[in-house]
Amino acid sequence: MVKIKELPDAELVQGSYACAGCGGILAVRMALKVLGPETVIVTTPSCLLGVTTFYPQLAFKVPCVNVTFPSTAAAVSGVVAGLRRRGKAGIKVVGLAGDGGTVDIGLQALSGAIERGDNFIFICYDNEAYMNTGVQRSGATPLGARTTTTPVGSVGRGEDRPKKDMLRIVAAHNIPYAATASIGYPQDYLTKVQKAMMVAGPAYIQVLAPCPPGWGYRSDLTVKLARLAVQTGQWPLAEYAEGRLTVKEIANPRPLPDYLTPQARFDHLVSG
Amino acid sequence: MRAYLNGNEAVATAVRLARTEVVAAYPITPQSTIVEKIAEYIADGSMAADYIRVESEHAALAACYGAAVTGTRVFTATSSQGLAYMYEMLHYVSGCRVPLVMAVANRGLAAPWTIWADHQDAIACRDTGWIQLYVETAQEALDTCLQAYKIAAHAEVLTPVMVCLDGYVLSHTEEIVDVPEQEAVDRFLPPYQAAYAVDPERPYVFGVGAGPELYPAFKYHQQQALLRAQEVIKEVDREFGAQFDRTYGGLVDPYYCDDADVILVLMGATAGTAREVVDDLRRQGERVGLLRLRSFRPFPVADLRAVLTAAGVVAVLDRDCSFGYEGVLATEVKAALYGSPAPVASRSESQWGQPLVAGFVGGLGGRDIGPADLAGIYRQCLEALRHRDRGGELVLSGGWQR
Ligand code: SF4
Repeated sequence: MVKIKELPDAELVQGSYACAGCGGILAVRMALKVLGPETVIVTTPSCLLGVTTFYPQLAFKVPCVNVTFPSTAAAVSGVVAGLRRRGKAGIKVVGLAGDGGTVDIGLQALSGAIERGDNFIFICYDNEAYMNTGVQRSGATPLGARTTTTPVGSVGRGEDRPKKDMLRIVAAHNIPYAATASIGYPQDYLTKVQKAMMVAGPAYIQVLAPCPPGWGYRSDLTVKLARLAVQTGQWPLAEYAEGRLTVKEIANPRPLPDYLTPQARFDHLVSG
Repeated sequence: MRAYLNGNEAVATAVRLARTEVVAAYPITPQSTIVEKIAEYIADGSMAADYIRVESEHAALAACYGAAVTGTRVFTATSSQGLAYMYEMLHYVSGCRVPLVMAVANRGLAAPWTIWADHQDAIACRDTGWIQLYVETAQEALDTCLQAYKIAAHAEVLTPVMVCLDGYVLSHTEEIVDVPEQEAVDRFLPPYQAAYAVDPERPYVFGVGAGPELYPAFKYHQQQALLRAQEVIKEVDREFGAQFDRTYGGLVDPYYCDDADVILVLMGATAGTAREVVDDLRRQGERVGLLRLRSFRPFPVADLRAVLTAAGVVAVLDRDCSFGYEGVLATEVKAALYGSPAPVASRSESQWGQPLVAGFVGGLGGRDIGPADLAGIYRQCLEALRHRDRGGELVLSGGWQR
């Protein structure tokens, strides 16, 4: 179990252009506190890349390898092999991608890398749409959410398909470790990052990372919404390890509108 | 050591001799036997490398990119649709100035579906910022792969290299190849030392973003590196020659061009046939020559001008087409000659001025281009030259092997 108090004060990502209240950058910042400086980040065109590594900006204090949108996990495999050849297998290789770069265009490469059994951690910061390109739906957009490609009109009622169950897809690869997490539950999230570090072989974490402009809420509500998603049963905190799936019980679930009402993307559902 | 090798085995041998450290590949005909051979070398312990068995060509090049930025020597190979599938990654690799080597066993693109040779696959990747070297023999495939590592990693170049060999004609045809000794290769190609590599002590970003203020500067440097590569390709070829007693002329490989009235320009294995046709026509008293283009990118404008401007007709044989226009090499040769001065000391009876350029498209999808086809091109151009005042039209329209 990670003790928050014992985490280092030092930041490994600093000086990003992320929006105020960005859940994604928070997810990365928190993870790096556990991962430490002996880490290489492999990332892909996304909000994360857009806000951290525009030349000459360098928000990461760890090496960062940016690659094409479909290729995060494939490049991860290359970095892992290269570091092994250089006798630096101890450096952690972490793939970071948004939901689009993970569950859609990046899925094939991720499947390949997991199946090869490469030693890496893949963190998907899930903000439930293509935020970097202006809030288009992704395979991770929840049912009913309004995006710019699933607009609400007299006929369209937002996203009409349920969210892709990525955890089950990943688990079907017999991956040693996979989990969902939320930035609203930092201890749970960071403990999962720590467990992922201990695994020999691939590990996958999908962390809910709310996005103020994409979801349409006040930027001070990010952590609250990340908690409400869990408390209303919209985002189960699950863990898959040694072939077993466990899901954290929610003792007294909160009513769903608590989660939906603050978000403009669900306006049409709440107001009827 | 002399061995009986086909082009693909020659490439695999070079990759082993270069002490390549990471290979990532996805199978595609007619490339596959390159990476199968490499897999055998690794399995039997004669090559110490990581072999990443990826799920696609796009991933193959992404994995190579990832491995290369850690500072390792990297190789992959592909063909046709596989190269097309890599297209997006090609730009990332060259833009990030990653010096890796890829063999392309050239093959036509679908549709119609085909597995046989032409140059459409690599030519379509002309503008991706890769150096493209086309070889004529299995021996040259081996030697060029060794040279390619040196060219790619040259401090003033830092650009990936494609070594292109015609599918089947070279990839699957055996010839006697002189395989250099490991010690000699080690002298020619010392271990790869990357100036910038993934290292937590010095946390670089690879593949940065750049706004409109800075993007052009990156691209300008890339262009300068490619232009500079012309000299480096020649230097490396000379150096190779000094050590192994074999050279290929660097950027262009002229054959009987000095006094030629008609020069045929082409790339790849067809040059072997063309040499025989030249010999034959020379015996018949025709002043014909052959210019095999070895480096398509960078495009050797000065070298081409030096050889071609004295000719009356330059025939260009393309194994590709820019649909809606003409063969790509034909366009490029014309552009290279545009505005070039006519030769100062013209030969007595051949005061041609600027050469006419005639483009021919042939050998698409593995269609055989035999000696008779090539002799036909030469004869057509010689004829046009004899009646230049009224034959220009004919020759400029070239021809298409249907
Ligand atoms: S758009 Fe969303 S994900 Fe992107 S930087 Fe802003 S808050 Fe973060």
